[in-house]
Amino acid sequence: MKRIILLLLISPVAVLAQDDLLGELEKGTKPEVDYAFATFKGTRLGNGHTVETKNAGSLEFIFQHRFGAVSGGAYELFGLDQADVRLGLDYGITDNLSVSISRNSVDKTMDGYLKYKALRQSSGAKNFPVTITALAGMAYKLSPEDFEEDSGLENKDRLSYTGQLLIARKFSTNFSFQLMPTFIHKNLVEYNEENDQFALGFGGRIKLTKSVALTGEYYHNFSLPDNDTAYDSFYMRYNSLTFGIDIETGGHVFQLLMTNAIGLTERAFITETRDDFFSGDIHLGFNVTRTFQLKKSK
Amino acid sequence: MILYKKTLVVAFLFISTHSYSQQRFFAEKAVVSFFSDAVVEDISATNEKVTSIFDVLNGEVAYLMSIKDFQFPNKLMQVHFNEKYMESEKYPKSSFQGKITGFSMNTTGQQNVKATGKLTIHGVTKTIEVPGTVEVNGNRLTVKSKFMVKLLDYNIKVPQIVWQNIAQQVEVTMDFVYRPL
Repeated sequence: MKRIILLLLISPVAVLAQDDLLGELEKGTKPEVDYAFATFKGTRLGNGHTVETKNAGSLEFIFQHRFGAVSGGAYELFGLDQADVRLGLDYGITDNLSVSISRNSVDKTMDGYLKYKALRQSSGAKNFPVTITALAGMAYKLSPEDFEEDSGLENKDRLSYTGQLLIARKFSTNFSFQLMPTFIHKNLVEYNEENDQFALGFGGRIKLTKSVALTGEYYHNFSLPDNDTAYDSFYMRYNSLTFGIDIETGGHVFQLLMTNAIGLTERAFITETRDDFFSGDIHLGFNVTRTFQLKKSK
Repeated sequence: MILYKKTLVVAFLFISTHSYSQQRFFAEKAVVSFFSDAVVEDISATNEKVTSIFDVLNGEVAYLMSIKDFQFPNKLMQVHFNEKYMESEKYPKSSFQGKITGFSMNTTGQQNVKATGKLTIHGVTKTIEVPGTVEVNGNRLTVKSKFMVKLLDYNIKVPQIVWQNIAQQVEVTMDFVYRPL
């Protein structure tokens, strides 16, 4: 009998001793909003953008290079004899708003854009399935240097505009997918082109290791002219397709690419790609970025 | 009769334990930071959203934090820290559970103490013993500690290509202020 009393008395002590402080802390943790991060390694998927913007106070220098077509053969060193470049600067005004300015060798184009991350994929206390970034861009062709007299052309004819939504979901640590509905307006077009063009892009990445990922990007332009009616190959238009490998090392991201587009503004690679990926007009290229933290966050 | 005595003793123990079980102190400020000095650039980050309980009767202590709450001066580093090194989507929390020994609630001034227990980082749990200090100030309790954590002990792999950017061990600093519930 006394033993039983003893046991009864001991048991609450035993329960107290088991009381787990860490378990208590875990119970007390309020569910937080868990934002998806690093949906993509960089601000570029291939030729076009990802949902990623620069962080507040950080400046990215981006150097993009597209060689000639591999189909040029040994005489052209498989395209390596020639190259088009884009040099750009992207700056994060806030964590969600970036501004950029750049220079492209194709058509001697200056371009600039504002990129705003409007909604972020999240789980936990707040659930939202995708990250949505809006992009508004403008491109100004400096070429030709002067319009021919009597051509009737004005400065505004050098301009084109891009409006784009980037919608991405990070399905897992290793797989992200993105949709890119895009609208492009060109003030001046060739005889067989439309001024307003609509395209839908899609693409994604598969991470192979923590620092290496495979990427793919395709833009389908619904407003492309019919190539059968083109006078010659200059007026031919194709959709742009890009495959790449992303390699990240510290503040650098290297992207090695295979694409049929050489221009690096939306105008150029979505509406003016003249090479056909599937007949071998593939260009090697790379994007290299370096990020500098200009302003430290507290 | 002997049994009876034992019963009394046990009963007494129970009562005393019970009455002191309110001697739980909760952290009103709990900051964990780390620092690593590397060849290319020093890396530091601070987590101010740590939660902790300290039972001053038996010295038991625990803390818990989210890896994502570490704030870096350089945000790109923060992304890499979460994505590549800590894999915080897979291992969102870090915790410690153990005991602080060598202090008295009746002593004023800084007391040198020892903490032993289980430290969990990156899904790996290790038993550690680290030095620290406890200072009793009215009903406030300040607990501080500084110790080294070897990345490899916790299976945190730093890619070869950036090895010179990140030291193989980091100095962790804890600064907790507790008050009773």
